[in-house]
Amino acid sequence: MIEASSPPVPALPHVHLRWMAAPLLALAATLTALSIGRYPVPAWETLHFLLAAAGLVPMEPERYALLHNLIIEIRLPRVLAAILVGASLSVSGAAYQALFRNPLVSPGLLGVLAGASAGAALGILVEGNWLLVQASAFALGLAAVGIAVGIAHLFGGGSIIMLILGGILSGALFASLLTVVKYVADPYSQLPAIVYWLMGSLGQATTGDIGWAAAPMLAGIVLLCLMGRALDALAMGDDEARALGVPVTAVRLVTIAAATLISALTVSIAGMIGWIGLIVPHIARLLVGPGNALLLPAAASLGAAFLLFADGLARNLFTTELPIGIVTELLGIPVFLLVLRRVRRGWT
Amino acid sequence: MILAARDIFFAYPGRPVLSGASLALAPGELVCLLGSNGAGKSTLLRIMLGLQRAARGSVMLGGKALAGHGRRQLARLIAYVPQVHVAPFPYTVLQVALMGRLPANGIFRAPAAADVDRVHRLLDNMGIAHLAGRAYTEISGGERQLTLITRALAQDARLLVMDEPLAGLDYGNQVRLLDRLESLAAQSYGVLMTTHDPNQPLTGCQRVALLNSGRITADGAAAAVLTPAAIHALYGVQVELLRGADGRGIAFRPARPDPVFNA
Repeated sequence: MIEASSPPVPALPHVHLRWMAAPLLALAATLTALSIGRYPVPAWETLHFLLAAAGLVPMEPERYALLHNLIIEIRLPRVLAAILVGASLSVSGAAYQALFRNPLVSPGLLGVLAGASAGAALGILVEGNWLLVQASAFALGLAAVGIAVGIAHLFGGGSIIMLILGGILSGALFASLLTVVKYVADPYSQLPAIVYWLMGSLGQATTGDIGWAAAPMLAGIVLLCLMGRALDALAMGDDEARALGVPVTAVRLVTIAAATLISALTVSIAGMIGWIGLIVPHIARLLVGPGNALLLPAAASLGAAFLLFADGLARNLFTTELPIGIVTELLGIPVFLLVLRRVRRGWT
Repeated sequence: MILAARDIFFAYPGRPVLSGASLALAPGELVCLLGSNGAGKSTLLRIMLGLQRAARGSVMLGGKALAGHGRRQLARLIAYVPQVHVAPFPYTVLQVALMGRLPANGIFRAPAAADVDRVHRLLDNMGIAHLAGRAYTEISGGERQLTLITRALAQDARLLVMDEPLAGLDYGNQVRLLDRLESLAAQSYGVLMTTHDPNQPLTGCQRVALLNSGRITADGAAAAVLTPAAIHALYGVQVELLRGADGRGIAFRPARPDPVFNA
């Protein structure tokens, strides 16, 4: 056989240039989000302030104090919440799409969002404080996925199709639980609180919330990003992945656990924010291709940028703030239609 | 290193599939496993790959039980070429073939430039170097099959186990692929492939094993194993063997009493 000289690699060089695009976009979106608002600050001044806060450049103390209040105390928690929530939902969605070999899957597939919503509603119903609502959302989110995985393992040996069925059953169970809670809730105070909460908002996040949620969310995002190569093999089929030496069951459980953890935390912090976990992975795939080693970090960055952008619209479009869940849906549908033509490439 | 399944029993609930099947594969040979639909060919392959546990019987690789090899170590000794399928995502041909380096690198290490070079050379040997950047979902079935074989070769395994590699390929691609598998065997790869068409192994395989009623009923040189009687036992149809000028069997033809066909 002839050992010809290696032909040029057509796919890779573009990818190396392109994969920088998503993190850069996220950085630009962060800077913009810190600058805009009721009291706009020019982006260069925000940058100046951030450098001053890092001790790199001097800044007039009075101006510094004002900007510190505005940027760090008022805007930063919300911006951090948008980054963490957007990145978590997008990276979970991308990982699930590979794991379940289906580009139409979103992070709520195994019931985590339905469970967390029911949990939050339950917390509001028992007049719990904010911490209880968050804890209850988180706990029932995990419980819903636990039930889905339990059903899959008890009745179907943990196969993909039984996992999906388990997710449908578990999601339906918690959706009906949510309806029960809404039905018995006080229609003048609790019911509106539940409804608004379910529409999603980044405004309710406090620095404290972000503080305790940031570490597990970052850990989950990084863990999922590390699973990229294994998920590529899993996307080809279980037998093939095993024959390639990949520990399929372990990879699947770690992926589901990490995605569930961070998705449940997004509901705890910001309520239900739909669509982002479905569409951002597709946009990221257009940018860097389907290889999950690059796709997952790109999806995380793009998700952060996307939610910062959506939150910017939610905050600034009208004098009153729009629920972010509405904005992501209204924004998501046209964006999805725009990318659909390219995305469909390879669908069967 | 020899892969040997001995006395394998396996049943799906209410349906016995394998009842005492034995089959061995050594480097340097091309073996066709022939059987009817549902005979258990794929099940036997999966058991020999360690993807399915047998109810009874043993699978040994290099004198050691298959289960004694770690999953990743095993992937460097035996490669699996599945039936051609369509991936849900448009991985490039290069990306798919590079997955063959997973057993060597593990799931956390990115393939090195040397891995990429290797895979490019293998693609070139397979004659599909020009497809490296194309989406796996957009190439033909034959090209996908070659991509999956390239991935298997990238695993550095000397034993290749292929499930119906010829299914879905057009006649030209079938002939070319069988020639390629023959040349892999000549390069001391051991290749085990399943098929349900008796005409392919008749001219394309050195060794043929017949799987019938859960057992290997014959195993040997193609000319000795593939007789009209054996085909009748396997598929329940009467056939006659057509011979070439040199007297060797070249094809089976259904023997029909109908005068239209025998005119």
